[in-house]
Amino acid sequence: MSPEPGPAPQGAPGAPEGMPARILELGEELRREGVAVGTSELLDAFQVLREISWTSQEDFREALAATLAKSQEDRRIFELVFERFFFRAVELAAAREGVREEDRANLSELTEQELDALRAEIAAALRDGSEGAMRDLARMAIAAFARRQEGSGVIGVDVQRIRRALGLRAEPQPDLPEDDPRHDGLPRDALRRFEALMRRELERSQIERTGNLPPARALGELDRALPSGPLADLAAVHRVVAQLRRRLATQGMQMRGHRRHAHVDVRRTMRASLQTGGVPVELKFRPRRPKRPEIYVLCDVSTSVTSASVFFLSVLHALHDTFRKMRSFVFIERISEVTDIFEHERNFKTVSERIGSDAGVADISGYTDYGRVWSEFLVQVEDDLHPRATVIVLGDARTNGRDPRADIFAQIAARAGRTFWLNPEPRLYWNYGDSVIAAYEEFCKAFECWTTGQLEDFVRALTRPVVAA
Amino acid sequence: MPVSPPEAPQQDLPAPTSVQDVSAGLRAVGYLPGESTALVSYLATKLGKPVLVEGPAGVGKTELAKALARYLGRELVRLQCYEGLDEAKALYEWNYRKQLLRIQAEAADTGWSAVQEDIFGEEFLLARPLMTAIASEQPVVLLIDEIDKTDQEFEAMLLEVLSDFQISIPELGRVQSRTHPIVLLTSNNSRELTEALKRRCLYLWLDYPELEHELEIVRLHAPNLDKTVARRLVEVIGMVRALDLKKPPSIAESIDWARALLLLGAQDIDAETFNETMSVIVKHRSDMDVVAERVGLKLGSPADVA
Repeated sequence: MSPEPGPAPQGAPGAPEGMPARILELGEELRREGVAVGTSELLDAFQVLREISWTSQEDFREALAATLAKSQEDRRIFELVFERFFFRAVELAAAREGVREEDRANLSELTEQELDALRAEIAAALRDGSEGAMRDLARMAIAAFARRQEGSGVIGVDVQRIRRALGLRAEPQPDLPEDDPRHDGLPRDALRRFEALMRRELERSQIERTGNLPPARALGELDRALPSGPLADLAAVHRVVAQLRRRLATQGMQMRGHRRHAHVDVRRTMRASLQTGGVPVELKFRPRRPKRPEIYVLCDVSTSVTSASVFFLSVLHALHDTFRKMRSFVFIERISEVTDIFEHERNFKTVSERIGSDAGVADISGYTDYGRVWSEFLVQVEDDLHPRATVIVLGDARTNGRDPRADIFAQIAARAGRTFWLNPEPRLYWNYGDSVIAAYEEFCKAFECWTTGQLEDFVRALTRPVVAA
Repeated sequence: MPVSPPEAPQQDLPAPTSVQDVSAGLRAVGYLPGESTALVSYLATKLGKPVLVEGPAGVGKTELAKALARYLGRELVRLQCYEGLDEAKALYEWNYRKQLLRIQAEAADTGWSAVQEDIFGEEFLLARPLMTAIASEQPVVLLIDEIDKTDQEFEAMLLEVLSDFQISIPELGRVQSRTHPIVLLTSNNSRELTEALKRRCLYLWLDYPELEHELEIVRLHAPNLDKTVARRLVEVIGMVRALDLKKPPSIAESIDWARALLLLGAQDIDAETFNETMSVIVKHRSDMDVVAERVGLKLGSPADVA
């Protein structure tokens, strides 16, 4: 754990004076990934490291985590950074010292039978979840496949290719014999661990080949981008929602702190005065309840933006108790209300399916017609819109050459208090091709929204309690 | 910046010297700590820093404080937080009634200053949990439970107590801690705590335990339960937790369920037993439907085989 990761080696590897520098570098790296590591945290880390033995990696990591990462989210980032940081440190030292692993040369070309044996062995290790066996087998698999075909040079691609060649899948594979561990499907997290091990092995051999470290990639955006595939996982929704909930709760507290026009709560003041013999020594105030907004959401569900829309709707519905009232509509060519679906179904996948089938938008041409959508929306909610209502539109504003009818949109915006537009495309692509967002942007506030971070910012802006004047 | 307190004077207490000590000690008093739990507890005893324990409801956050108190032979002082908790309930309060009585009992000719001197003495102070913990002669374990339920103002007030272990009372001056308490703060994560508070604490995230670990816990609390049933129970609990529920079952609930099964003399967990006793672990109407549908059906087949 002690070798030098930096480009400028100072001090012999393993020298105790190298360690503080490493910890500081780790702290620096964590800051780059957005974990708030203060000087006091680093001081604590040093203090803690005096108390534990450094030889146990578990203790070492836990001790650092306890002082540096102070929320679950931070902890997740810490694990990733810690892994990468020390892995790279060790590898670089090995590359510099010229330490090579020769043993992989003696793995000769595998025959088809041997390959089958390897497959079965890996599957068994995955089922039993034994870390050590998995690590060894990951190496063997990589060595075996490196000999059969050229690597693509992109580690992620190679990992997936090897996994497919080994026939490792989480779904049951009923055509395999009963006693094959793959018959009932492999545990998903073991599979993920195995992939991580392969990735690490590939990285190791890459470093060994080039004798240098590949540039460090920020963890950030890749891990935090909005799920884009139809398989978009529930975990992502949960993560965003859990965080938002927490932040929102904090926000309410902050607002409660501002007692500008405090109303005296007579009943509680009288009760409190009993303690002091009827003299109201202590005034009790009515707590301030932040006003909750009323929300109308319109989501484009044409193929280009479906998953972003469904994701966004799920997030909003999971937060529905933050709003006073919430109605959601989806549209492609015409609109249809889906508030009920979200109220009764919490499973992300089912919701997507039901929106596709029941919502009555699937049977039309599939081209968005914004003009028609606006007029239908206006007819449906005209009487309900009022200055305290918020209208949110999620869509890419691509009209397929039809009339954008910005005039009707302007009417909607005029009736509602606030109007927001979320565009799941990066700002760079706005107003190119058939995108007409500029026409609508005059009447609303447009946000780009393609990472969870941006989504979070938006929801935070949306739910910021409106303090009544 | 964190003021390291003067060396704790008490030598007679079993001061743990390694992580293994703490782990073994906690086990001895009936709490099976995970690896990180033992480590952080050890660091807390060693460095005297407060520990912020976060995690879902019912994973043993409060229990950890109780176990630590039992293990170290210290008294547990508990401050249960709730919305609207203020200094008077947490720190100290002047005993108004007693002060009033004192003033009324006073002879008419006593000077005001004499009375004033008198009624703001320690005799008229009602010590609340934080004060008790700080002023205690014997070192204690201080548990500040569900800190996330309080307002931010209260958190700010805690800072003085947590970093310097002292309380300022305007009329009396500063009360410095005589001994050094071990402080545990628990939070259910319902809101983000302030950076200032987090900075002063060690952080421990307690999650649902691994299968083997939970099995151990269940067997510790329900030792008479058949081994295979216990394993099955823990597996089922794992399945239930994997579903998207309003309230996933906690460790406390697995233990309750184990005891319920023991009372019923269940030999195996099949679909029928499960449906009858499900209410022990699932506590929401809509959750019950989901669980019955997803888990109950899966359990059906092994029962038919058996």
